[in-house]
Amino acid sequence: MSIIPPADSPDTRLEAPSGDIDPRIDGNAGTESQWQLIRRRFSKHRLAMISLVILALFGFVALFAGFISPNDPGDVKARYTFAPPQGLHFIDRTEEGWSFRPYVYGYDVEIDPVALRRTFVIDEEKKIYLTFFKRSWEYKLFGLIPTDLHLIGPEKTRDPLYIFGADRLGRDMFSRVAYGTQISLSVGLVGVIMSLVLGVIIGGAAGYFGGWFDAATQRVIEFLRSLPTIPLWMGLAAAMPSGWSPLQTYFAITLILSFLGWTELARVVRGRFLALNGEDYVAAARYDGCSHGRVIVRHMVPAFTSHIITAASLAVPGMILAETALSFLGLGLQAPVISWGVLLQEAQNIRTLATAPWLLVPGAAIVIAVLAMNFVGDGLRDAADPYAN
Amino acid sequence: MSNDTILQVRGLSVDFPGRKGDTTAIADVDFDLKLGETTCFVGESGSGKSVTARAVLNIVEPAIIKKGAIHLVDVKAGQKIELSGLDPDGAEIRAVRGARIAMIFQEPMSSLSPVHTIGQQITEAILLHQDVDEAEARRRAIEALRAVQIADPEQAIDKYPFEYSGGMRQRAMIAMALGCEPDILIADEPTTALDVTTQAEILRLIRGLQESRRMAVMFITHDMGVVAEIADQVVVMLHGRVVETGAVDQVFHAPEHAYTKKLLKAALGLDDAPARRRETPSDEVLIETGDLSLAFPSKGKLFKRVAGVQALDRVSVELRKGEILGIVGESGSGKTTLARVLMGRFQPQSGQAIYHMRDGGTRDLTDKASFRDGQVYREMRMIFQDPYGSLNPRMTVEQIIGEPLLVNGLLKGADLRRRVGALLERVGLPATAMERYPHAFSGGQRQRIGIARAIALDPRIIIADEATSALDGSIRAQILDLLLDLRAELDLSILFIAHDIGVVRYFCDRVAVMHRGRVVETGTAVQICDAPQEAYTQRLISAVPIPDPRKRHLTAS
Repeated sequence: MSIIPPADSPDTRLEAPSGDIDPRIDGNAGTESQWQLIRRRFSKHRLAMISLVILALFGFVALFAGFISPNDPGDVKARYTFAPPQGLHFIDRTEEGWSFRPYVYGYDVEIDPVALRRTFVIDEEKKIYLTFFKRSWEYKLFGLIPTDLHLIGPEKTRDPLYIFGADRLGRDMFSRVAYGTQISLSVGLVGVIMSLVLGVIIGGAAGYFGGWFDAATQRVIEFLRSLPTIPLWMGLAAAMPSGWSPLQTYFAITLILSFLGWTELARVVRGRFLALNGEDYVAAARYDGCSHGRVIVRHMVPAFTSHIITAASLAVPGMILAETALSFLGLGLQAPVISWGVLLQEAQNIRTLATAPWLLVPGAAIVIAVLAMNFVGDGLRDAADPYAN
Repeated sequence: MSNDTILQVRGLSVDFPGRKGDTTAIADVDFDLKLGETTCFVGESGSGKSVTARAVLNIVEPAIIKKGAIHLVDVKAGQKIELSGLDPDGAEIRAVRGARIAMIFQEPMSSLSPVHTIGQQITEAILLHQDVDEAEARRRAIEALRAVQIADPEQAIDKYPFEYSGGMRQRAMIAMALGCEPDILIADEPTTALDVTTQAEILRLIRGLQESRRMAVMFITHDMGVVAEIADQVVVMLHGRVVETGAVDQVFHAPEHAYTKKLLKAALGLDDAPARRRETPSDEVLIETGDLSLAFPSKGKLFKRVAGVQALDRVSVELRKGEILGIVGESGSGKTTLARVLMGRFQPQSGQAIYHMRDGGTRDLTDKASFRDGQVYREMRMIFQDPYGSLNPRMTVEQIIGEPLLVNGLLKGADLRRRVGALLERVGLPATAMERYPHAFSGGQRQRIGIARAIALDPRIIIADEATSALDGSIRAQILDLLLDLRAELDLSILFIAHDIGVVRYFCDRVAVMHRGRVVETGTAVQICDAPQEAYTQRLISAVPIPDPRKRHLTAS
């Protein structure tokens, strides 16, 4: 005999009278996947959303560096040594009225008769009009497609356009920062992807199988993390043959960075595996007859991909800063390769900095990119934890 | 208003502010607390009992007290203080908290600081509210510990919470609450996390202290048995509203509201167990264990060896075809370990567990190799205790229930969908539920999904590890009935692990009682529950609260 006859058990009303009801059962609720929930929660994180837009801009610049740069970043123009930034103007006011026509003011060069130093003065009489989709110097889009199309350029190709000013050789800082974005961001990403692969495989095996392998990897990780990073990098960087091409150096540097970077991620992955091993639903999957592989891939990995993405997105800025530090010290990438760190090398001299403070623009780019990545990582972390609220 | 009324609550409403407007937690709650009386607040989870208690102390953040009056009466001075209007962080309310109204919580481990000794925590509360020096505070703390019957309080006061057992921690919490001799003690499910025998001791203690100190006790619980044991007055709550108030005898024997009747029916129903027709046990044995012993290995510390725990000590039980075998015991008695051994999670050091397969062969479940081809897992399925942790939050219900069918290569595609739909309907959920993710379901519904997953492979045996202990009363009864129906329909045998005697009495055919890794008594459910032979079983059974205030036996003085 049942207490409550099954026929009228309130199942169809989903246990409504008990007080145990979840209001979300109505309508379509509850059909959202974890990813949809994460996306919705992330989109409520305003700072992270703004940062995501900024990062998307950085990504666009990195992908289309050549398209965005009005000048060839390696083009030396002795005439415009330390030319200051020109302000961009969009609305042209003439006697005929207002019109949308972007322009910058030209330079007037004055030579100091005592110090024989050139000083640039913005000449508001000289307007250099700009056109969109200008064809000028040639580059290869994505390193493959030869083209000469640029987002913006002066109507007369010979006119100067220095949005962020010029460096000591008269090279355009704006174009150089754009190209630096390409290298610096990709070092961060490639480095994190390499450490992610190492970390997930090693950490995953350690967490899932445990035993001596776990103990051994933990000791290795502890050893690697106890090494002071800068001297280690210096040593490894110094061991690089000087005859290597810029591309080889670039890969060697990312390898060096991820050599230490994987330890953090391996720990995160191992921790998640250990925690999940105790979950009932993982036990249930084993009892369902799933193989080791299926338990890992189908039941465990989806539970922490969001955590891994978060950890990775928080690791990218670290990589970028490390590359910058190495290059700034002259141990990382070398000219003619352009990275933010290489660009900042120019700003090492206080006297040049006093004459041309715009050489610090790559520093601002680093700060903005790193902050944005941290905010996005924070937003992801808050959104990814399904049990936070 | 009688002279004894110490707290008067009128029209109390608490709202949780949200983006889409406010959610009402409680509305128009009225009640009185009297000195020397215990008022029980009863209702299922989410009914607003705890919010009411917190509102009295004005600690409802992030919610807000919308309206209503909470008058705390100072009996000696004849004055009244209005609590609901006070600043939640102000000095006036802080002078009331702890000193005049003290609170104890459900989870004693998380409400005690792990890095301070019990003594430090009690003396701090005393120093905060009373003008005494440290030596005097310590003396009073020892007195308080003695009052809550902690053995050897002079030594116990300098111990840390982790050195206390669950029951002792709850006693320490009570000692802390009593330190300042409050007029009102609020106890929020103080025994829910404890074993029945410990629960009985704590109930007896609270009752005794309340009588000797003439406190008003506000006792929150969802267990009608506990209410019957301890209450003088009862307040029944449903969806944030008080549906019935009255003296305990009147509420139990002449309930007015339909919900109260339903609660009582659910509580009493489990005690009317003999009414259920028992299946005549078959002689065919499915699992027999012989002298299973399992000690968890001692941890070799650097300088000393910590003794291991004997989780199973020569355990011999047998599960017969078609029966429901209950394994009963307190936490730590080894019942879950036994289930895990049978499921191949642990391998015992000695003994055997023979499983007779459907095809007539036998397998020794203590050997890992028996599980390798997955056949045992097809015939023996598990239902878990925690309805939240046992369903993968990243899979839809269809994927969860379909997983065993899919990985065993039985069904796929449209056939699989149809079968999952049929299984869902069989366990009392609409087939449309399969598109949803587990987070859309309540605890009882999730447990139904877990049952559907268990029966998907047409098993012979179901091992249910505390499958109903996380559920509220009426839902628990529904789940048990579902299992009973399924047993008859699918010819299942069930190994049911539980600590709740009421559930066991109602649900099981035979019962094995475990204590410290040993089976101390085996017999039919009626035998064990009504005429236990062993001293331990007797202690266990007599500690169970009976949901009838006229049969009060735990706290009778």
